[in-house]
Amino acid sequence: MSTPSTTEAPTIPCVTVNGEQAPLTDASAHTTALDWLRGRGLTGAKEGCAEGECGACSILVARPGVDAETEWTAVNACLIPVAALDGQEVVTGEGLGSSGDLHPVQRELAVRGGSQCGYCTPGFVCSLAAEFYRPGRTADVADAADAADAEAKRCDHEHGPNGVDLHALSGNLCRCTGYRPIRDAAYALGAPADDDALAARRQAPPPQPRATRLAVDGAEYVRPATLPEALTLLSERPEAQVVAGSTDWGVEVNIRGRRAPLVVAVDRLPELRSLTIGDDVIEIGAALTLTEIERRLAGRVPLLAELFPQFASRLIRNGATLGGNIGTGSPIGDAPPALLALDADVVLASPRGERVVPLADYFTGYRQTVRAADELIRGVRIPVPLAPIVGFHKIAKRRFDDISSVAVAFALEVADGHVVRARIGLGGVAATPLRAVATEQELLGRPWTEETVRSAAAVLAGEGTPMDDHRASAAYRTAMLGQSLLRLFHTHPETQVVPA
Amino acid sequence: MSALSQRPDNPTVGIPLPHESAALHVTGEALYTDDLIGRLQDVLHAWPVQAPHTHARVTSLRTEAAVAIPGVVRVLTADDVPGVNDAGVKHDEPLFPTEVMFHGHAVCWVLGETLEAARLGAAAVEVDYEPLPSLITVQEAIAAQSFQGTPRNLARGDVSAALADAAHVFEGEFEFAGQEHFYLETHASLALVDEGGQVLVHSSTQHPSETQEIVAHVLGVPSHEVTVQCLRMGGAFGGKEMQPHGYAAVAALGATLTGRPVRLRLNRTQDITMSGKRHGFHSTWRVGFDDEGHILGLDATLTADGGWSLDLSEPVLARALCHIDNAYWVPNIRVDGRIARTNKTSQTAFRGFGGPQGMLVMEDLLGRCAHVLGIDPVELRRRNLYQQDQTTPYGQPVRQADRLAACWDQIADSGEVARRRAEIADFNARHPHTKRALAMTPVKFGISFNLTAFNQAGALVHVYKDGSVLINHGGTEMGQGLHTKMLQVAATALGLPLSRVRLAPTRTDKVPNTSATAASSGADLNGAAIKNACEQIRERLAQVAGGRLGISPSDVRFADGVVRGLSPASGEVGWNELVNAAYDQRVQLWAAGFYRTEGLHWDAGAMQGEPFKYFANGVAASEVEVDGFTGAYTLRRVDIVQDVGDSLSPLIDIGQIEGGFVQGAGWLTLEDLRWDTSDGPHRGRLATQAASTYKLPSFSEMPGDFRVRLLEKAHEEGVVYGSKAVGEPPLMLAFSVREALREAAAAFGPGGISVELASPATPEAVYWALEKARTPQVPDAPAEPHAVAAMASGR
Repeated sequence: MSTPSTTEAPTIPCVTVNGEQAPLTDASAHTTALDWLRGRGLTGAKEGCAEGECGACSILVARPGVDAETEWTAVNACLIPVAALDGQEVVTGEGLGSSGDLHPVQRELAVRGGSQCGYCTPGFVCSLAAEFYRPGRTADVADAADAADAEAKRCDHEHGPNGVDLHALSGNLCRCTGYRPIRDAAYALGAPADDDALAARRQAPPPQPRATRLAVDGAEYVRPATLPEALTLLSERPEAQVVAGSTDWGVEVNIRGRRAPLVVAVDRLPELRSLTIGDDVIEIGAALTLTEIERRLAGRVPLLAELFPQFASRLIRNGATLGGNIGTGSPIGDAPPALLALDADVVLASPRGERVVPLADYFTGYRQTVRAADELIRGVRIPVPLAPIVGFHKIAKRRFDDISSVAVAFALEVADGHVVRARIGLGGVAATPLRAVATEQELLGRPWTEETVRSAAAVLAGEGTPMDDHRASAAYRTAMLGQSLLRLFHTHPETQVVPA
Repeated sequence: MSALSQRPDNPTVGIPLPHESAALHVTGEALYTDDLIGRLQDVLHAWPVQAPHTHARVTSLRTEAAVAIPGVVRVLTADDVPGVNDAGVKHDEPLFPTEVMFHGHAVCWVLGETLEAARLGAAAVEVDYEPLPSLITVQEAIAAQSFQGTPRNLARGDVSAALADAAHVFEGEFEFAGQEHFYLETHASLALVDEGGQVLVHSSTQHPSETQEIVAHVLGVPSHEVTVQCLRMGGAFGGKEMQPHGYAAVAALGATLTGRPVRLRLNRTQDITMSGKRHGFHSTWRVGFDDEGHILGLDATLTADGGWSLDLSEPVLARALCHIDNAYWVPNIRVDGRIARTNKTSQTAFRGFGGPQGMLVMEDLLGRCAHVLGIDPVELRRRNLYQQDQTTPYGQPVRQADRLAACWDQIADSGEVARRRAEIADFNARHPHTKRALAMTPVKFGISFNLTAFNQAGALVHVYKDGSVLINHGGTEMGQGLHTKMLQVAATALGLPLSRVRLAPTRTDKVPNTSATAASSGADLNGAAIKNACEQIRERLAQVAGGRLGISPSDVRFADGVVRGLSPASGEVGWNELVNAAYDQRVQLWAAGFYRTEGLHWDAGAMQGEPFKYFANGVAASEVEVDGFTGAYTLRRVDIVQDVGDSLSPLIDIGQIEGGFVQGAGWLTLEDLRWDTSDGPHRGRLATQAASTYKLPSFSEMPGDFRVRLLEKAHEEGVVYGSKAVGEPPLMLAFSVREALREAAAAFGPGGISVELASPATPEAVYWALEKARTPQVPDAPAEPHAVAAMASGR
């Protein structure tokens, strides 16, 4: 298939789908990309859950790359408004291949028994195709020092000999196969062929974001061109719903029937998309996706590196942002506990200028924050040097892609055998994310020994006000708080801490 | 060898083939019911008005405000029903109810020009409710003596005497959760009115004939005015055996009243809050063992949580009673079964159909008793396996007990169980915070519908003049690969390459009066019916070929699209040429096939007879690793050997085994249905009504090392091409995961004690189990809906 790059902006919003330009007719501000595609007869993408959990709606979008100019990025079509795709390039399962001419990903899945009922399959195809085209994938394999190294990577059962990271499929659910044949198909993939048009597309610049306005029946979707425009709009229209990846808003629209009169997209504003690593501070733009942050940091912030694989699924991380995760004010977001442990600040922008608020002071109540209606989260700042002993302990029913019952983030420093720095962030145990201040105090200045840890664990178990719900009992949440510190000590025991 | 089970040389059956629709699946070209709406014009969309009460009387219902909303076309209510206002076969499921029986019960449906209009219309319908007292948990129902249907009793021998004489007697109580099907494709129907008022309903249904019946009785028309078609389903697992009927009827009613196509597709929230699930059960039991650990007697009471109406609860209960023995000889037994009526969704068929629930009681009690008996659980199970020709409690001989033992020993051998268990013991000794364990469990699962009448099937096979073949049968495709197997059966029976045979969608106007595609019986029944139809055609063609080749028709052989005599000297004729010649001779080139399973008899009242054609056997060994800090675990390795007879389609069968196993592991470890059992305003509401709160197994639950083998030399006499059913039995092999988790939890403690484990064994449940094992004095886990009560040792 051909994928012409976007030419001059048309007057009405339009999307390039499988190489053909399509105007956004029959779409409103709240029409999801999934419904719009299906309405065009592209019924390969399915609705399985309408909340970004099952991945049956996965499609590919050409996005700015980290390791190439453009990367094919898999996203949940059920969560994003189709208006967000104005000027963008989309490929669906139908665009990858046809039954008479299968794409390599489709062929491997088909011949290995990777589909049974087939309903989830086009979504798996798109998620796996994104991994197939990930520029770093084959390089990862080449980088493996030797066969033993490659074998070691394989041994965790989450990485294939071809560089495929199984986490690429963590947001796709299959109820039929038990996954083994899908894994085998994923691990059997080679590199894209020389004449693969989608592979070639990666070398050209991505479609540029452009200002979008779609207004139908009293509901508007607006993508301002610049940050000042966005801030002006927010100050004029305090009812505006700000979205970046729409991974939270999409759920509100689909499941709870929310219909905001105005949705303002900020995910492509350049001021919100920078990542700088300085001597004193690492600043991360609020609208970078978690995937972009994960890959651009490349392990430089070990606590975040531990967090990312546990944060939802790859499909969600391809859309979700730190700004969004903080902005919703949810007590069970996974980024706030980690950022609290990192002592992060939030940078808030408004027409009045910028202000910096410690994250520890940001949350004021259940989904309540200090952010004013006309303020936008521009980024977060993490002070360096970072504490050397870190851990992100997420307690959930499922290992991949689940919501925390409890999340505990640690950032400690031990010098001369004593705790000299302690920051602990908690999620899921109160109406807001919070710092375990009493536990931090209990640890500070004490020797890093099992005795200290046991007494501090008892304090930690008393932090917050955990409750009973369908995810976990209050008793288990409480127990997990205490256990998490014991577990951290077990992985960083006293004997292995070299005095500073 | 019977004619039915015998294979010709070089058969197409037995070849590992991908799913017949695989290329359509992967490209998105495969069509499901809701994908068809783009091909029609003026489609209306349906949206339910769901009651926000768990039990309430509808005192008034006003639709004016809804109809005033732009795009709302009509509100369907009970007044619109020309026929019977009932969605089931037991006449206890009003389609438009005047009494709300569970939270989310649909009281009426709104039709809109768009889905959005229908949604807004539903929100505008004004309903007044008079709330009534409700029963949510099975315990509440038992306390209130709220039961439905016919209680059943299964008995053999003298249990009281056996327990009185037993060296060891234990008693316990165990309540365990049901399971949401979570087929990826939610319920969907699309109804149109054809010429002459004929109604065509596309429905995602496992039971098109029954969907047709219900649509007809709701519309008040004979069955011949309704046709139901099922292209394919995006998963079903029993959830579309009886549940689709009402939705199809609503769509059909809307189509007949408006003259326009009506589409009814539930979104996930609607589907999960309105449709039935696997039954949770409550059980109490007393069991006696001798000093060697042989089971001497079992006295148990099973209470199935049926939800608000009967649905399939009675046959589910019957199968639970028939499978409480699992693979073990229980000389003296008494099991009382009953169905609780609660204010929940009407629980229904789900892969295994009560079998898993019955077996779980047995596997749980063996796991709880083994260490107190001082017998290794692996040995305890092996010791109690059926011996050849012992009979089940309901009087059916276990003719292949040797296969159970063969599966067991093969797994012990190929899984290197002894060596690995020694390694595990060594690992555990070195790791205070992490424990591993390996458990083995067997499955013996009866194949056939318990209700004898359902064990019949039909097929329609057409041979066109150009030699191409089109087959139809009564079974439905839900991903299990039935159509793939049926194509292989037809190609084998006609001696044709697979490419010459095509399969048309399942429709009630092609094959009537079909049974549900259920009970793992799809291939056995429909395969035999197709084979029968093909053989009728082949015999007619043999007459023609015999004439042309100058040989006896009985010497004619069909293979690879060529028809020959036994002797090479007699020459040959190509299939197409022969078909043409037959047409010219006015020979009928199509046939209706039929099959009924022989040798079945069942007295449902006495719970005695031979309800099953045969048993499917299997054994699994699962190894887990448990984190002592959190109770989180991983499934390290699974070894399975399953008896599928001579496989019709090995790639399909292995897919069924793996998928069933993981689904079973999901039921037992992860999938956690929680209703609000408080007295608050949301009492009775399903708290886990989305994919974000009801977690299915994902890649992280796949066994790291998954080794599945089919039992060799497993020809099954009297079944199509020597094969065996495979759809349900492997689900129950997942007991090995649960038992391994119990063993790992026990390994945190001193041993020798009974470790109780809630079901599902979530990380939290495992944490409480291991916490109790390592510190026996800690207080009990908080009150959990699925928590187990104490087990006491007698004598």
